[in-house]
Amino acid sequence: MTGQADSLPAARRRKRKNIRMQAPETPPPQRQSRSVAAQPADVGPSFRAGWRIIAAKEFADHLSSWRLLGLTIVLALTGAAAVYATGGVIKSFASQAQGTQSLFLILFAPPSQLQQLNQIPTFVTFISFLGPLLGIAFGFDAINGERSEATLPRLLAQPIYRDDVVNGKFVAGLASIGLILAVVMALVGAVGVIQLGIVPSAEDVARLIVWWVLALMYIGFWLAFALLCSVLVRRAATSAIIALAAWLLMSVFFTLVVGLVAGFVSPVAPDSTSASPDTIANTKVQVNLQRLSPNQLFFEATGAVLNPTIRTTTPGLVTANQADAAVSSLLSLDQSLLVIWPQFVALIAATMVTFGIGYVAFMRQEVRA
Amino acid sequence: MLLGLSEPSGGTARVLDYDPALNPTAVKRFVGYMPDNVGFYSGMTGRQNIRYTARLNRLPKSETEDRISAMLERVGLTNAADKKVETYSRGMRQRLGLADVLIKRPSIIILDEPTTAIDPAGVEEVLALVRELADEGAAILLASHLLHQVQQVCDRVGIFVSGKLVASGTTQKLAAQAATGTIEIEVIAAPPLDAVRQAALKVSGVASVATDGRDKDMLVVTANRDVRAELARALVEAGHPPYHLRRRGDELDEIYRRYFAANEPAGGAA
Repeated sequence: MTGQADSLPAARRRKRKNIRMQAPETPPPQRQSRSVAAQPADVGPSFRAGWRIIAAKEFADHLSSWRLLGLTIVLALTGAAAVYATGGVIKSFASQAQGTQSLFLILFAPPSQLQQLNQIPTFVTFISFLGPLLGIAFGFDAINGERSEATLPRLLAQPIYRDDVVNGKFVAGLASIGLILAVVMALVGAVGVIQLGIVPSAEDVARLIVWWVLALMYIGFWLAFALLCSVLVRRAATSAIIALAAWLLMSVFFTLVVGLVAGFVSPVAPDSTSASPDTIANTKVQVNLQRLSPNQLFFEATGAVLNPTIRTTTPGLVTANQADAAVSSLLSLDQSLLVIWPQFVALIAATMVTFGIGYVAFMRQEVRA
Repeated sequence: MLLGLSEPSGGTARVLDYDPALNPTAVKRFVGYMPDNVGFYSGMTGRQNIRYTARLNRLPKSETEDRISAMLERVGLTNAADKKVETYSRGMRQRLGLADVLIKRPSIIILDEPTTAIDPAGVEEVLALVRELADEGAAILLASHLLHQVQQVCDRVGIFVSGKLVASGTTQKLAAQAATGTIEIEVIAAPPLDAVRQAALKVSGVASVATDGRDKDMLVVTANRDVRAELARALVEAGHPPYHLRRRGDELDEIYRRYFAANEPAGGAA
């Protein structure tokens, strides 16, 4: 021992003498009865929840990361392009649309007759397509990143609960996504205001905020899915690829698959018209299958929230008679919310269930490699 | 398992009167654990990493910064404190790990293989720190396969063979327990070898003298007690002064080997 201390640089030894660590004063190693030990040890008003500390650190990491900056730029550019293009055609549409619908919301989600006029997809289409990428980007290496840096055992050796780690990371990811979305929406709105000179009404803003929450839930599903991948798959690259494959499947191929399955389950006779029973049955199957996909839920809810003229989320099942009988008017925001309520709840449920699976998997996992 | 990181398949443990399976956070507040191959967030500086640990331990903000600086200085990382951890060497990471453990003022410190895969100078520094901490009154539990290092710093040693604690106590106590009744003494003396052998055999208590398998200049004397003093005198008197005279079996490596042989199959640490 003395021999080793001698081999240290003399200067350092001198320093060490000055900084004697105070003897560990913390634990009154509670040598009391067993019942004391059984009580939760971390009580006290100043005791900050572990997940908040982790979320704060992760959020700070996200904010200074290249992925946040890059994704914001990509989304802002595409969003601005979409809105700019919509704004260009909106002028021709304005004369007929005035009085029926808010032009500001049309910027974000133009009705279908307007979409045909321009080639660039609308802002909400962009978000429903690219949004999952945001979720995947902030989740795919959440847990396995800690593993590959070998920080997980050290992290869990601190006085926190194990679920604080997943909870904190999920919250931090959601916060980053919410921030990006809000920034992009503000930018896009600003482009619209400048280009068209229209100012959003209070209801427009309220509808956009509802849509923001909706989009957060939708992207939250993908965040939860990516988190699940990062728990189950040890390598970050593999986890990213799995999440991306699921995203492609859901956004590109799902409709095709649904069409095939529906044709199989409830075939349509070649001579049937659009109003014949087998066509309606087939459409019903398709709609229900489609709703297994969070993309579809988000798409339906988006339509009703941002377009007050939409009063059903199943336009395919509305007959021409019913459509004619409906009084053409605008729904108030609470009525629109009623229309999308099932979609909203289903999205939250999908997110919760996915997160729950990841949570349970993480709680049961071995910490050490 | 003592920290509640893995579930026990049976039995109970008590750490500072807490049950780690039921109340892991309580245990983790008083126990510092440095895992085998300790990792840090490579994109953050050493100081930032330690600060995160301090936050997770809810150290009061007012004293955190001073403590971090003090701990980093103590492990000799003051100059590297604000460099990213990805630029650190293994030894530096290991020392940062010690600072990371110390920041929470643990009363028990668990170190898992703190000296593997670092250079000899680093090993020496880490071991000196460990010894220093123990002298200050922290209880340190060190798990390692590098037994001679364990012997240098540990007061008490426990030997595990295939997951079972087969012996524990001071090194001397273990050596006495492991002794098989006869002792072996390594001898290298002035040649010729045969004459040395004859001289050694004349000492009372010596049972046999054999040549060492590896070192052909070395003889291994087997005796029923510690005859080193008599042996040395006899060799000097016979005109073969010994250059090397060492009793085998008081090294932890050898003690371990004996326990290991007795308790059979693989595994083990001390």
